[in-house]
Amino acid sequence: MSDLLDVRDLRVELPGPRGPMPVVDGVSFSVRPGEVFGVAGESGSGKTMTALALLGLLPRDAAVGGEALLEGQDLLRLRGADLREVRGRQVAMVFQDPLTSLHPMLTIEQQLTEHVRSHLHVSAAAARARAVELLTEVRMPDPAGSLRAYPHQFSGGMRQRIAIAIALACEPRLLIADEPTTALDVTVQAGILRLLDGLRRTQSLAVILITHDLGVLSSLADQVTVMYAGRVVESGPTGEVLPRPRHPYTRGLLDSLPHPEAAEDDPLRPIAGAPPSPSDRPAGCAFHPRCLYAVDACRSEVPDLVAVAAGRRLACPVDPLAAGEAAVG
Amino acid sequence: MSLLELRDVEVVYQRQGRPPVRAVAGASLTVDAGQIVGLVGETGCGKSSLARAAVGLVAPSAGEVWFDGRPLRALGRRSRDHREARVQMVFQNPFSSLNPRRRVGAQIADGLSILGGLSRSARNRQVGELLERVGLPPSAADRYPHEYSGGQRQRIAIARALAAEPAVVVLDEPLSALDASVQAQVANLLSRLSRELGVGMLLISHDLAIVRHVAQRTAVMYLGLVVESAPTRPLWEMPLHPYTEALIGSIPHADGAGRLPDPLAGEIPDPARPPHGCRFHPRCPYAFDRCRVESPPLVTAAPAREVACWLHEPGGELAPPSRRAQPVS
Repeated sequence: MSDLLDVRDLRVELPGPRGPMPVVDGVSFSVRPGEVFGVAGESGSGKTMTALALLGLLPRDAAVGGEALLEGQDLLRLRGADLREVRGRQVAMVFQDPLTSLHPMLTIEQQLTEHVRSHLHVSAAAARARAVELLTEVRMPDPAGSLRAYPHQFSGGMRQRIAIAIALACEPRLLIADEPTTALDVTVQAGILRLLDGLRRTQSLAVILITHDLGVLSSLADQVTVMYAGRVVESGPTGEVLPRPRHPYTRGLLDSLPHPEAAEDDPLRPIAGAPPSPSDRPAGCAFHPRCLYAVDACRSEVPDLVAVAAGRRLACPVDPLAAGEAAVG
Repeated sequence: MSLLELRDVEVVYQRQGRPPVRAVAGASLTVDAGQIVGLVGETGCGKSSLARAAVGLVAPSAGEVWFDGRPLRALGRRSRDHREARVQMVFQNPFSSLNPRRRVGAQIADGLSILGGLSRSARNRQVGELLERVGLPPSAADRYPHEYSGGQRQRIAIARALAAEPAVVVLDEPLSALDASVQAQVANLLSRLSRELGVGMLLISHDLAIVRHVAQRTAVMYLGLVVESAPTRPLWEMPLHPYTEALIGSIPHADGAGRLPDPLAGEIPDPARPPHGCRFHPRCPYAFDRCRVESPPLVTAAPAREVACWLHEPGGELAPPSRRAQPVS
C-alpha cells in the first residue's frame, strides 16, 4: 500500500536566548493507511514539535522547513481556509490532557456537533445522530445521555474517549495522538489502547502515536522511530527494534525501564546524565556525552541516519550493538 | 513494633451541602527501619490522603498513626516536637515543592536547623554532604532550583527531607514527573539511601512496575482500602486479589511483541458513594453473591500475605483468584 503521509527533512527552529534553536532537526518518515507509527523520546526530544508542525499549530515565531506530503499535498505550506479544511477533515489530533483540550463550558453535544456541522454541512438532527454514533463507536456507556453532560462530569478515561470521538467526527485519514494515555491509570489506558487498535483495523485509520512510554508503543505501534535531541536516532519495525535495539540510546532507554520479569531488588540500569536542552546541544552526536561507546568521531560529526537492514535505519556509525548478543534480557 | 504504624486510619473530607467523602476508609500499614514499602493504586484510591495522614498533614478522623512507639499528632498551629520531625515527606512535583527564590543550600539547611546547635561552617559542611549523598556537587548549595532539571530538583527535595535525619520518609509519587532514564536514577537513589541510612520509606506510586524494583513490600489500595499487602516478589508472582491481578495484567510490556494489555471493566466508583459489600465487586470478574452484600476484611492468607477477598480464607490453599473462584454455571 502506498504512503498516506510522507515527511521529508522536517526542521523546526524556535527563537532562543542565543539565536535560533533547532528543536526538530531533519526528521523524515512515512506512514501508511491503517498503520500505527510510534514516535518515542523523552522531554525535549522534539516529538511533540514534530506533531504540531504537521498540524500547523507551531508557535508563530517558529521557522519550519522541509515538507510533509499528505497524499501529495504539503501540510507545511497550507494556510488559512485550506489548512482548516485539512485539519479536522483529514488530519485530527488527540492531546495528552482531555481536561484542557475539551471546552469546560460547552456540553459534549455542542462540542461534537459543532465540528460535524462546520466540516460536513449537515442538519442539526443529522449532526446529533452522528454524535451518538461517534460516542457509541468509542464505547461510551449511555451515548445519548452523555450528550447533555459537561466534560467535568466524566472521568479522565471517558474524557479521552470523548476527545477521540471529536477527532474522529469527520472520518480523518490520519490521527495524531500525543501521549494520549499518559494522564490515565493503567487499567484505563489499556481500554484506550484497545480502542485505537480497533479503529485502525476497522477504518484503516493511520495513527501517529507519540509517547515516552515504550510499553504503550510496543503494544500498539507497527513502526517505531526513536528521537533524541531533535533527531531520529533509530527507526524500524517495532517487533525488531524493541527486542534488538541497535542505537545505544534506544538500548539505554529500554534498560532503564522497570522490567516485568526482572528479579526482585534488581536495580534499574539508568542512562547516566540527562537529555540536553535545545539551547545547549553538544557538538557531534547529541548523545555522545551519555554514550558508553562514544569514539572521537562522535564528538565532532553528526551521524547520518542510514539503512542498516530491511526497514531499519540507524544514526550511529559505531553501531556497537550490531551483533546479535545485544538482545535485551 | 514497627517504626511507622497506621491502624485503621480513616480520612474523611467534609463537603458543603454534599455527603462527606471517605477517601481512606480504614487502612492499616506498617513501615520498618530500612524498609521500602510501596503503596500502589489508581487515581482516587486514597493513597495520597493516606500518605498525608501518615506524616500528620491531615488528621485522621478515625484510627491512629504511631511513630517510634508514640502516637503521631497531626500538624497544628504549634510547631512540632523535634522527635516528630523525624517523619519527612517528598512531594511529586519538585517544581512546586522547592522555593524558587531561595538558594538550594538554604532550603536544605532548614531541615538541619530543626536539629539545632550547629555553627554556620558545620551547617555548610552538612549541606554539602547531603548534596553529595543524593549525587549532586556541594557547589549546588549556592544555586537556585531553576538551574536544575526535574530529576536534579527531585534529588534536592530528597536531600532536604534527609536533612532532618528522618527515620521515615513518605514519598508521594516522587518519580512520576520524571523521564524514564532519569526516573531509574532516582529510583536507584532511593534504594541506596534506605539501605545505607536505614531509613524506612513509604513510596506512593501509581506505577506498579517501578515499585517492584524498589520496594520490599507492596500494598495495593482500592477505593480507600488496602485490598492486598505482601512481600513484593510473591505479590507479582501470584497476586491474590482480583484487583492486583488486573493491575498487573494492564501493564504494557516494551518487548515489541505487540500484545495489547487487558483492560479492567468499568470505572472507579465515586468514593462518596462506594458500592455495597466488597468495593471492587462491580468490576470483579469473579464476584459471587457474598461479595455483593458483605465487605471482606483484610486477613492473613499466608505468612506476611494479607488480602481482603472472599475467595481467600486464612490458612487456605494459596492460589490465584481464577483457581479459587467457583466455575460460573
